[in-house]
Amino acid sequence: MKIELLFFGIATDLVGETKLTYDVNNITTIEDLQASLIRSFPKLKNLHEFAIAVNEEYANDGQLLKKNDVVAIIPPVSGG
Amino acid sequence: MKSRTSIIVTSDILNLNECYNFVQDASCGGIALFVGTVRNATKNKEVTLLDFSAYEPMAIKEIQKIADLALEKFDIHKIAIHHALGKLKIGEIPVIIAVSSAHRKAAFEACEFAIDTLKETVPIWKKEHFEDGEVWVNAHP
Repeated sequence: MKIELLFFGIATDLVGETKLTYDVNNITTIEDLQASLIRSFPKLKNLHEFAIAVNEEYANDGQLLKKNDVVAIIPPVSGG
Repeated sequence: MKSRTSIIVTSDILNLNECYNFVQDASCGGIALFVGTVRNATKNKEVTLLDFSAYEPMAIKEIQKIADLALEKFDIHKIAIHHALGKLKIGEIPVIIAVSSAHRKAAFEACEFAIDTLKETVPIWKKEHFEDGEVWVNAHP
């Protein structure tokens, strides 16, 4: 199934995209997705960590993705 | 609780008076203001400007959560949290937090809670620009 990926901050620079459509298995947890993203975009390894938001809310490791979810790669934040 | 919170994420210049006027109330004995300003150096290296970007809809939601939580946790009347985006020069203002309360302690505590939490949870990023390059803050261990 397809999901939409959004990249922010340094993740945009590492991946060279702000937005793209991504294919995942029907049963994919956030943890699976993080592993899959690192395989697809090895440069994300340069980040010591990144969080995932699904439909504008931080997601838990075990949460399952649904078709057409909007998934954001959230590098360590630095507002303020 | 939205009428007791003012949340703005904007590419415009932040307005201190707007934050102050929003929280000001006859029932309050004080207003705590935190104003974040762009510092001219980081780790002894001269900074020329900071460039802020955000996942805007989520940033607004996360800031709203902080404001709502502050109203729950502390005995305060109103809270304003405004954050600027884009390129800011030395001395310019990326963030303002204003809190009013009947008694000062709650306002101080809520103000500190709000800025500390914002720095941990809100999807906003800053890139430091130097004479010889630029770096995303917090991105590397």
